[in-house]
Amino acid sequence: MSKPTVIVVGNGMVGYKFCEKLVSRSADFKIIVFGEEPRRAYDRVHLSEYFSGRSAEDLSMSSSSWYAENGIELLLGDPVQEIDRAHKTVHSSKGITLKYDYLVLATGSSAFVPDIPGVEKAGVFVYRTIEDLELIKAYAANAKVGAVMGGGLLGLEAAKAVLDLGIPEAHVIEFAPRLMPRQIDSMGSAMLQSKLKSLGLNIHLNKSTQCITGDHQISGLKFNDESVLPVDMLVISAGIRPRDELAKLAGLQIGTRGGILVNSKMQTSDESIFAIGECALFDGMIYGLVAPGYEMADVVVSHLAEVNKEFNGFDMSTKLKLIGVDVASFGDAFITEPDCRTIIFEDTHKGVYKRINISTDGKYLLGGILIGDAEAYNMLLQTVNNKLVLPPSPEDLLLGARGGDSADAGAGVMGLPDDALICSCEAVTKGAICNAVCEHDITTVDAMKKCTKAGTGCGGCVPMVKDLIVGTMKANGQYIKNVICEHFDHSRQELLDLIRINNIKHYDEVLDHYGRGDGCEVCKPVVASILSGLWNDLIVKQAPIQDSNDRYLANIQKGGTYSVVPRIPGGEITPDKLIVIGRVAKKYNLYTKITGGQRIDLFGAHVSDLPQIWEELIEAGFESGHAYGKSLRTVKSCVGSTWCRFGLHDSVTFAIEVENRYKGIRSPHKLKGGVSGCIRECAEAQAKDFGIIATEKGWNLYVCGNGGSKPQHAQLLAADIDKETCIKYLDRFLMFYIKTADPLTRTATWLNKMDGGMSYLKNVIINDSLGIGEQLEEDIQALIDTYHCEWKEVVENPELRKRFNHFVNAPDEKDPHVQFEPMREQVRAREW
Amino acid sequence: METLIDIQWHMACYADDIPENGGACVKLGNEQIAVFNFARRGEWYATQNLCPHKQQMVLARGMIGSAGDNCDPKVACPFHKKTFSLLTGECLSGDDYQIKTYPVKVEGGRVFIGIA
Ligand code: SRM
Ligand SMILES: Cc1cc2nc3c(=O)[nH]c(=O)nc-3n(C[C@H](O)[C@H](O)[C@H](O)COP(=O)(O)OP(=O)(O)OC[C@H]3O[C@@H](n4cnc5c(N)ncnc54)[C@H](O)[C@@H]3O)c2cc1C
Ligand code: SF4
Ligand code: FES
Repeated sequence: MSKPTVIVVGNGMVGYKFCEKLVSRSADFKIIVFGEEPRRAYDRVHLSEYFSGRSAEDLSMSSSSWYAENGIELLLGDPVQEIDRAHKTVHSSKGITLKYDYLVLATGSSAFVPDIPGVEKAGVFVYRTIEDLELIKAYAANAKVGAVMGGGLLGLEAAKAVLDLGIPEAHVIEFAPRLMPRQIDSMGSAMLQSKLKSLGLNIHLNKSTQCITGDHQISGLKFNDESVLPVDMLVISAGIRPRDELAKLAGLQIGTRGGILVNSKMQTSDESIFAIGECALFDGMIYGLVAPGYEMADVVVSHLAEVNKEFNGFDMSTKLKLIGVDVASFGDAFITEPDCRTIIFEDTHKGVYKRINISTDGKYLLGGILIGDAEAYNMLLQTVNNKLVLPPSPEDLLLGARGGDSADAGAGVMGLPDDALICSCEAVTKGAICNAVCEHDITTVDAMKKCTKAGTGCGGCVPMVKDLIVGTMKANGQYIKNVICEHFDHSRQELLDLIRINNIKHYDEVLDHYGRGDGCEVCKPVVASILSGLWNDLIVKQAPIQDSNDRYLANIQKGGTYSVVPRIPGGEITPDKLIVIGRVAKKYNLYTKITGGQRIDLFGAHVSDLPQIWEELIEAGFESGHAYGKSLRTVKSCVGSTWCRFGLHDSVTFAIEVENRYKGIRSPHKLKGGVSGCIRECAEAQAKDFGIIATEKGWNLYVCGNGGSKPQHAQLLAADIDKETCIKYLDRFLMFYIKTADPLTRTATWLNKMDGGMSYLKNVIINDSLGIGEQLEEDIQALIDTYHCEWKEVVENPELRKRFNHFVNAPDEKDPHVQFEPMREQVRAREW
Repeated sequence: METLIDIQWHMACYADDIPENGGACVKLGNEQIAVFNFARRGEWYATQNLCPHKQQMVLARGMIGSAGDNCDPKVACPFHKKTFSLLTGECLSGDDYQIKTYPVKVEGGRVFIGIA
């Protein structure tokens, strides 16, 4: 007997997920899929990333061979036009007629376009498919002002995309009195509005559009209050309309405001026809998110596999992605007193608004809104969904347990019940994740993704998955040590001691003695950094264990080109040297830019040009700037007493001395310094790993500052010291860091993790509490004495130069794959 | 399983063109192929040079190593550290990518790549 046939209409996210679930559950069906779009189902949730360079193929939900491998017949670019329920057949636009036993409608939705005069004009778009984005991108190239109609979840995402496309002026038009009216309240909206403003978005609320002006092409929007906004393009994001036209034509029951009516088994009014995803209307509601659609797919698959499962509605909590501002709403966000107790926390300075709604007895969390800081979202959502009993002072949920440390966060996740849904996209519970750790020895997020699929959807649950893995391992008594990777059971510090005591010089020897396997991209650079930190040998001698940037002594960039950054100590440079940089840049067609570190970066060099470029720079007296290494970058300086009317001492001279002293030394992460001539701090020394600021009596030394994503001010290590003392403390500080920090840990993080913190560090450096002061000074002096410009060594060594050819069998040819395009008056590497 | 019929061997480069325990790129016709000299294991591998993640011609500049209890050989792309099996070309970082792999033999100091 032949297998019953399931025909799926629509190859979107939910239609695909249905196929995936069905083939993994049962081999008893023949599956045929009709898709209207020209390509395989792709990840619409991450559609905006198409603009930031993810290709259609990257976004695809499956590999090109997946359907064939699973025996699924896929007919793309061929929408179903008619369903003949009496004969149980579908008829497609290309004229194919096929018989089904079960029919699954997964036709999704389309963007709702309001009936405003002028919507047909050129320059008006919707935001739903890859083709929509291609059209927008092409048009945006010539647009100066862009607007988005609709201030909801999707509208804001589209607005951010408009900005990212480089349109200088962007507007959001919302009909309602607040942004994201379905998710957040008016106080939250006000906070969000001011945040978006700072991102460069102009927000217009309470605006209804009368018509779109312009001849054939949009030129502006005219509102009901008669005001006019000139725009060059408009993206309409005013809601979605379920695609129910096919169902309607077939006489299936449709909701009054659209959507294919389904029961809790996702059956339509015809019991052999199902509807799932955004086209389905369940209990008066269209679920415009992907997770409920996946759940619906699971319900139908269960039904076909003769397992009883029902759809019971779905949690619509959401966290906004991409926009550069955290926004989340969960559970019952809008319930108000007296039906609940509401706690609100607002910090207008930082742009943070948080609201939580708590049951009147104070026991349970009902829902809430987070703007500006949504780190707690996952845990709060779990607290609602699992009806966890709240702590006695629920405001801790908003402010974080004050005084507690972050390890508690992990404990919170472990306290969830086993059936708590952690990954809602793939419906993976806490129990399943912990089980994977216990039963299948899964210890990394990547392995967990493979094993359970948790975290492969929107990715929002990944932090929780991490905590659960670590928490379960701890609970199992598995010793969680800071080991480097699967090849070494040692921490960086332990390995450094072993290598030093046993005087080992080569990676392979380290691996043979203390590791296993053949190493990897994690432990090789760590050992390389340790070897450099101890012996300061020329790194290119062991090139293949260096991180790619260190292997080619340059930072790799888009298109596989590299950047060239000569050292300019303290930011001081002669006119002659400036001319050399300009000449070299012109000769090799490099894009030049002044960096944030007071020097000049030359971008877009072919790998095979690097030795020649450096030869010319070195001849003019330049040295490597180590912009590629985990080593000293720059010591920024202000002009100081030489020119500045406030300057107390000569900050430039000191900065140059310090930069030259520590240049080339490898460390666990990069190192940056600064020297300011007075407390006005023009060199931003307190944002650096070490900062020196002139005082009336000498210099103040600050350490462990950081810019980057989690900025942190440096802390005072010693005040009013003279230059010599300053250098001595710096020597000790830097070497202590090099010896004890974990891989890729900046000084700020290193200090944050240090038992005893700053007072401990002061004791070690100033009071020499460990008795290692002199040793540290000697060790760093050895590194200083063995300094070499690694580019000079390469330039002078033909064997090493050879390693920079792109093709080993065609040394004179450049990589034809590298493409440039014009940008202002220079060239840039082609987008990926 | 691999069938070795119809494979044409092309001389790609000399063995000492490829750094020990590292890779380099060779050009065969219009194709760019990454060749790896896994000296630690006495093995050679070849794959496409293009990283499927962001279409970058760089896998030859990636770091090689091994993964798991069976020590499966792999290469990590220098850009975003996606890793690929040198045996099967499968992406080992949880994504759905697949890269081409080629048979390699070294004879008399010359490296040959087999193209089917
Ligand atoms: C060129 C430059 C931007 C510019 O045009 O101004 C730059 C460019 C890069 N930065 Fe930066 N950073 C530059 C100044 C900064 C600064 C400002 C400063 O140094 O005063 C910061 C914040 C200060 C700090 O580091 O604390 C900064 C914080 C980062 C971070 C975040 C570090 C952190 O601890 O969070 C990274 C990522 C990393 O290192 O892991 C980064 C990484 C990078 C990389 C290397 C990304 C990469 O891996 O490809 C960029 C490549 C540069 C290239 O290809 O040449 N860059 N970067 C600046 C070079 C300065 C220089 O002359 O060396
Ligand atoms: C920019 C953007 C951002 C989003 N962000 C999020 C988010 O952060 N979180 C979230 O949960 N959701 C988000 N969504 C919503 C999410 O993408 C949808 O919920 C999901 O795609 C719905 O899947 P579906 O299969 O029901 O519909 P779709 O993905 O729309 O697929 C339906 C498919 O059916 C095809 N079709 C229609 N009629 C026919 C026919 N007659 N014959 C053949 N084929 C037909 C359509 O062409 C389409 O390809 C976002 C959506 C967009 C556009
Ligand atoms: S830090 Fe002081 S010395 Fe330096 S430029 Fe500013 S005001 Fe002048
Ligand atoms: S380009 Fe290779 S990992 Fe991103």
